Amino acid sequence: MIITTSKPFEEVLKQLEGEDKVFIVGCGLCATTCETGGEPQVAEMKAKLEAEGKTVTGTIVFDEVCHELNTKRKFRENKEAVEAADGFVVMACGAGTQSVREATEKGVHSANNTVFLGNIQRHGQFVEKCSLCGDCVLEDFGAICPVTRCHKGILNGPCGGTDEGKCETDKEKDCGWTLIYNQLEKMGKLDRFRRVYGLKNWQANMKPGRVIFEKCEEGGE
Amino acid sequence: MTMLLEKHVKPSIKEVMESGTFLVSGEIGPPKGTDIDEMIHHIDLLKDKVHAMNITDNQSSVMRYPSLGTALIILEHGGEPNLQVTCRDRNRLAIEADLLFAYTRGVRSVLCLTGDSIPVGDHKEAKAVFDCESVQLLQMIRNLEEGKDSGGNELKGGVEFYKGAIVTPEAHPIEPQMIKFAKKIEAGAQWFQTQAVYDMDNFKRFMEQARKIDDKVKICAGLVLLTSMGAIKYMNANVPGVFVPDDLVKEMADAPKGEALNTGVRIMARQIRQCIDEKLCDGVHIMAIGKEDVVPRILDEAGVDINKL
Repeated sequence: MIITTSKPFEEVLKQLEGEDKVFIVGCGLCATTCETGGEPQVAEMKAKLEAEGKTVTGTIVFDEVCHELNTKRKFRENKEAVEAADGFVVMACGAGTQSVREATEKGVHSANNTVFLGNIQRHGQFVEKCSLCGDCVLEDFGAICPVTRCHKGILNGPCGGTDEGKCETDKEKDCGWTLIYNQLEKMGKLDRFRRVYGLKNWQANMKPGRVIFEKCEEGGE
Repeated sequence: MTMLLEKHVKPSIKEVMESGTFLVSGEIGPPKGTDIDEMIHHIDLLKDKVHAMNITDNQSSVMRYPSLGTALIILEHGGEPNLQVTCRDRNRLAIEADLLFAYTRGVRSVLCLTGDSIPVGDHKEAKAVFDCESVQLLQMIRNLEEGKDSGGNELKGGVEFYKGAIVTPEAHPIEPQMIKFAKKIEAGAQWFQTQAVYDMDNFKRFMEQARKIDDKVKICAGLVLLTSMGAIKYMNANVPGVFVPDDLVKEMADAPKGEALNTGVRIMARQIRQCIDEKLCDGVHIMAIGKEDVVPRILDEAGVDINKL
């Protein structure tokens, strides 16, 4: 799940200076769960923009705005409203917004901040447990990620900022290394904690990331 | 090979330690800005009173005059620097390059730290680096000593440092801390300075555990000067791994008005004396944090003269 938060409406409005006719795109998956781009939020955005004198030429909420071909197809299906717009307000993640960039030459504006790849703990509660480093070390640490769950992302044990299982940066946050220690101890695998881990390959996924199935390279889609 | 610094005035930390002498080190906190007069005054004040001086590296994630630059000033003034290197602000390339430079200018001892987190400091929106951390930094230095950088490339001239690290005796829980202590030794740490210790009974228990892990590695007790009740309350509430026990809190609280600093001086002098007399550890590291002027008085009260240890 890609976790997003809403930008302040004033910021969205400022982005739309000079663009009076707008089309709003929401996402039926992550942004719907995060309540930053589902049907209710898109309707609310429409009402607010209209109250500010904007003309909303259309709105759409569909699954996987990040799917570029799908987004282009949805735009074709809504050709009239899309063509009537000066710009697009995208209530999805950063990937979704850039999908819309591929589908139009007009103004594209993100209404959200994309914050992390998150786990859903319960309704409205999301936490970050994986930071997409491209070189997964979960096996070594009892399936608890030090790269993400330790604030510093270090690989050889807790730093001096840990206290009673909490992190110095935020007493509400668990020290990832205390979690790892407790997990490995429970598993009888503290030898993994004792091992010295050398420098990590931070270029395992060199930005911008790219994964292509071999069969696709041969011309498939 | 040309060494730009031809002659050291003082023995190195390694030489002091390996001779079995009880090491007394102090600390210089560089200023925020280019007015370095007070820092130089502190360097001149301490250079003959302590064996060596740590130089903090953007301590508490607060941007300051650099540790490496300060190390060179200490050498120029005839003192012995212990260069603190953290992994927060520089990646492996930058750290390695700094270490090559430090070596050619006569820095002989490096204290390897991970570094505080960015949000505790004064550049809260900065990008934290942490390309490596303390254990990996120790390994990197060992590689440099063997003539290789961390990319595996041959160096034209390597380095040699007395490699130091930190351990926190008051960490809760202590078990992961002790494992990390052992990992630092495995990665090349030859000596340790501890995070601030006040509870000497707990420090003794820590030393027993540490000696079981390695009875040869050198360990110096980190002592932070108590200056006021406010500072104690702040540390006990906010500084992880630092705990001022009730008896010292009471001693500070009972100090007459205007006597808090003197009481702190007396406490630290007593702790230094205890470390020496009871042979608790291999040295002390004195952190006066802005009150460097009183360090000579602390040593006088403790009856410590580094030339007679």
